[in-house]
Amino acid sequence: MGLTRREFIKLCMTSAAGASLITMLGPELEETLAFAADGKPPVIWLQGASCTGCSISLLNSVEPAIEKVLLDVISLRYHPNISAGQGHLVAEVFDEMAQKYNNQFILVVEGGIPTKEKGVYCTIAEKNNKELTMLEAVTTLGMTAKAVIAAGSCASYGGIPAAAPNPTGVVGVNQVVKDKPVINLSLCPMHPDHFLGTVVYVLKYGKIPELDKFGRPKMFYPEPIHDNCYRRQYFDAGRFAQHIGDEGCLAFLGCKGFVATSDCYKRGWNNNVNWCIKAGAPCQACSEPTFPDQSAPFYGVYPLTNKEKVTYAPVVPNLKIEFPEKKKTS
Amino acid sequence: MAQRIIIDPVTRIEGHLKIEVEVDGGKVIDAKSSGTLFRGLELILNGRDPRDACHIMQRICGVCPIAHGTASMLCLDDAFGVKPPPNGRIVRNLIQGANYLQSHILHFYHLAALDYVKGPDTAPFIPRYEGDYRLPKAINDLAVQHYIKALDIRKKAQEMLAVFGAKMPHVTVFTAGGVTETVTAEKITQFRQYLREITAFVDDVYIPDVLAVAGVYGDDGFSIGTGCKNMLSYGGIRLTDEDDPDGQKQLFRRGRYINGQFLPVDEKKITEEVKYSWFNDSTTGKYPGEGMTEPAPGKKGAYSWLKAPRYEGTPYEVGPLARQIVNKQKEVIDLGEKGFSVLGRHFARALESGQVAHAMSGWLDQLVPGEPAFAPFNVPKEGSGVGLHEAPRGALGHWITVKDYRIGNYQAVVPTTWNGGPRDDKGQRGPIEEALVGSPVKDADNPIELVRIVRAFDPCIACAVHVLEVKGVSKEVKSFRI
Repeated sequence: MGLTRREFIKLCMTSAAGASLITMLGPELEETLAFAADGKPPVIWLQGASCTGCSISLLNSVEPAIEKVLLDVISLRYHPNISAGQGHLVAEVFDEMAQKYNNQFILVVEGGIPTKEKGVYCTIAEKNNKELTMLEAVTTLGMTAKAVIAAGSCASYGGIPAAAPNPTGVVGVNQVVKDKPVINLSLCPMHPDHFLGTVVYVLKYGKIPELDKFGRPKMFYPEPIHDNCYRRQYFDAGRFAQHIGDEGCLAFLGCKGFVATSDCYKRGWNNNVNWCIKAGAPCQACSEPTFPDQSAPFYGVYPLTNKEKVTYAPVVPNLKIEFPEKKKTS
Repeated sequence: MAQRIIIDPVTRIEGHLKIEVEVDGGKVIDAKSSGTLFRGLELILNGRDPRDACHIMQRICGVCPIAHGTASMLCLDDAFGVKPPPNGRIVRNLIQGANYLQSHILHFYHLAALDYVKGPDTAPFIPRYEGDYRLPKAINDLAVQHYIKALDIRKKAQEMLAVFGAKMPHVTVFTAGGVTETVTAEKITQFRQYLREITAFVDDVYIPDVLAVAGVYGDDGFSIGTGCKNMLSYGGIRLTDEDDPDGQKQLFRRGRYINGQFLPVDEKKITEEVKYSWFNDSTTGKYPGEGMTEPAPGKKGAYSWLKAPRYEGTPYEVGPLARQIVNKQKEVIDLGEKGFSVLGRHFARALESGQVAHAMSGWLDQLVPGEPAFAPFNVPKEGSGVGLHEAPRGALGHWITVKDYRIGNYQAVVPTTWNGGPRDDKGQRGPIEEALVGSPVKDADNPIELVRIVRAFDPCIACAVHVLEVKGVSKEVKSFRI
C-alpha cells in the first residue's frame, strides 16, 4: 500500500508544526527502496560556481538522517566533499555514469555554471591532460541523466555568482540542459527536505513533480511567505518594527516575504529550530529568480538618518530570466 | 627520472583544488597548488548598499559563512562607528563558536578521516586510493561508527547555531551593530542543551580519536608535512566590550611565531606578491588594503590564480596550529618540532575544539535576557573599515571603503591564500607547497601521503579564488594552468 500521488503532495503541503515532513514519509522511503529493482539509484552531485552551502545543508537533513540517506537511500557515486575517491578516479566515474547508467542516474548540480570563455572559470576534473569544465560536464551528463535537480538558487537561476556585473557569465542549469525539465530547488542554501522529498517523488513515481512557472516543485513552494507569516498578525494590526530587534512586522526593515514563495514559515530551518523572520531578520527572498539583485538592499531603502536618504543600490539593468516552457510528464 | 603526479580534483576539501608534484626517488622534490574556480564576489559588491556586505560575503563559503560574515560585520562596525551591546557581541561569539565546532568536526571525520580509515565497500566510500590504511580492525570499525555519529553531532552544532542564527548555512541575523535575534531565557536553555551533547562528543570521542590515529601512525604522521614553521594569527572572538587595538583580549590572541620567537603583528606589514600568479608584476608587494588586481593571464612562469601573501616578505602558516602556538598552548608547544606536521595540525584542531566548546558555556552565562543585542547606526557618506578575524581555517581580513553611501571598494584576504598561495617574488614556496616537498610517495597511482598533507591544512579554495578580477582573460588560461 503506497500513497497516491495526490496524497503524497498533500502530505508535503500540509503544515507540520514541530514535525519534519520527511518523518511522515519514512515508511514510504523504505517501500520505494524495496521497489528499486537495481539496488540504490545512482546519484552524481556536481559543484560549479558554488560555496558548498547546499551540500552542507544536505548534511543537515534530520529525517531521514543524513547517515541513512548516504548508506541506504541513494548511491552517491560522486560528491566533491563526501567521496573518498579523487583525481583520475573521478573522471572514470563520470564516464561510467554516461555509459552504463544511461537514463538511470539522477544528476544534481550545485552552484551556477560559468559560461564566459567557454567555461574556463570552473574546471572540475582532469583527464588525459585535459581540463573538464563544469559547462562540459553538465552538458554531457545532463543529456544522459534520468532527472536533473538544480540544488539551490545559484544552480536554479545563477544566484550569487550571477549577481551584477556577473563577472564570469554564470547561468542556471536550465540554460544549459535544454532537452528536459530541470527541477529547481531554489533557496540559499537549498532546504534538505526539499531535496529528499523531490528525490523520493522521482523514485517512487518515475517522473518529476509538478513545477511552478519558475521550475520549482509546487508542493514545496506553495504561496508567498507573507500569507502565512509568523508576524502576519502584526501586519494586519498595523504594527511595524522600526528598528532591528523590535516586535512587529518587518516590512519597514526590508522584508521581502511579500514576494518570496517558499514554505519556510512551516518547515523552518535546521530541524525547525528557527528561521529568518522568526529571528527578526528580514526575508531576502532567496527563493526567487530575482535573488540577490532585486532583493538588494536587504534592509530596504528607508533612510537611516534624518539628514540624508540612503540611496538604492544599483541592480542589474537588464535582468532577464527565461524559462523553457515546462511540459508535464504525466 | 623524475615523475609528475597530478591530483585533480582533490576532493573532500571546500572548493576546487588541483595539486601537481614532481617525484624523484620516491620523494617529492617540487610541488604546486592551484585553485580552479573563480567567481569574483568583490566585483559584485562594488556599488551596493554597504549593509548588505555581510550577507553577500557569507556566500564566499558555505562551510564557514560565519567567519566571513563576522569579518565583514567587524569591518562594517568599524566603518559605521558602531559598537554592538554586550548581548550582541556574545551572541555573535556563540554563533562563531558553534561554527568552529561544526567545521572542525566536519573536517576531521568527513573530510580528512577517510585518508586513514577504510570505509565500507560501498559508495560514497569507494572508489578510493588504496594502500596504507593501518588502523587495527577494531579501531577502524569504531572510527567508521564515529564517522556516522559525527554526522549527527555536526548537524546538531548547526541546529545550535540556528537557535540564535535563524538558519545555517548563511545566517540572516548578522548585521552591523549586533544581531537581529533577541535573547530570551528559553533560547539560552535550548542552546545549552545542544552545547552539552556536543561538548561531550568533543571531549570523549573527537579528541581520543585523533590521539588514537596519532598513536597508530606515530612518527610517520608527525614527520611529514613540516611546512614553513612560521605561524600567524590575527586573533579572533572578542571576550570584552572594551577597546582592544592589539587584539589581546580575545579567545585567540593576535601574534606571530618565527624562529622560536613570539612577536606582535602589524597588519600594515602584510603584502601580496604576484611573480608566480597571473597578475601584472607592477602590482606586486602591495598592502592588501591598497591592493590592485590587474590580471595577466598567460604570464610566463605563473601558475596560480592565488596571490602570495607575505608578512615582511616571509611566508606564514595560518590555522589552528598557528593559533595554538601563538596562544602558547602547552600541549602543542610541548610537541616541539613534531608539532609542525600533519598530525600536529589535526591535534591542534581537536584541542581547539575543546577550548571553544568549554568557553561557550561561560559566554551563555553572560547573556542577559531582554537586553538589546543591536545598536542602531547611521551609514556614513564616506568611510573605511577593517575587520580582522580568525576563521576555523585561519587568519581572515576584510577591508571596506564606503563612498557616497555605497561600497567603493571591498577586499578580503583569506586563510587559504596564506596557506595555499604560490611562490613569492623571491621564489619561496607557499606553506602547503613547502609541506609537500620531501614527502615520500610509495605508489604514484595512489598518492595518499600527498592528500593527507594537503587536507591537514583544511584548505578552502572557494575562499581563496574569489578575489580575482577577470577582465581580458582569454581561453589560453587553460594551457597555462600548471
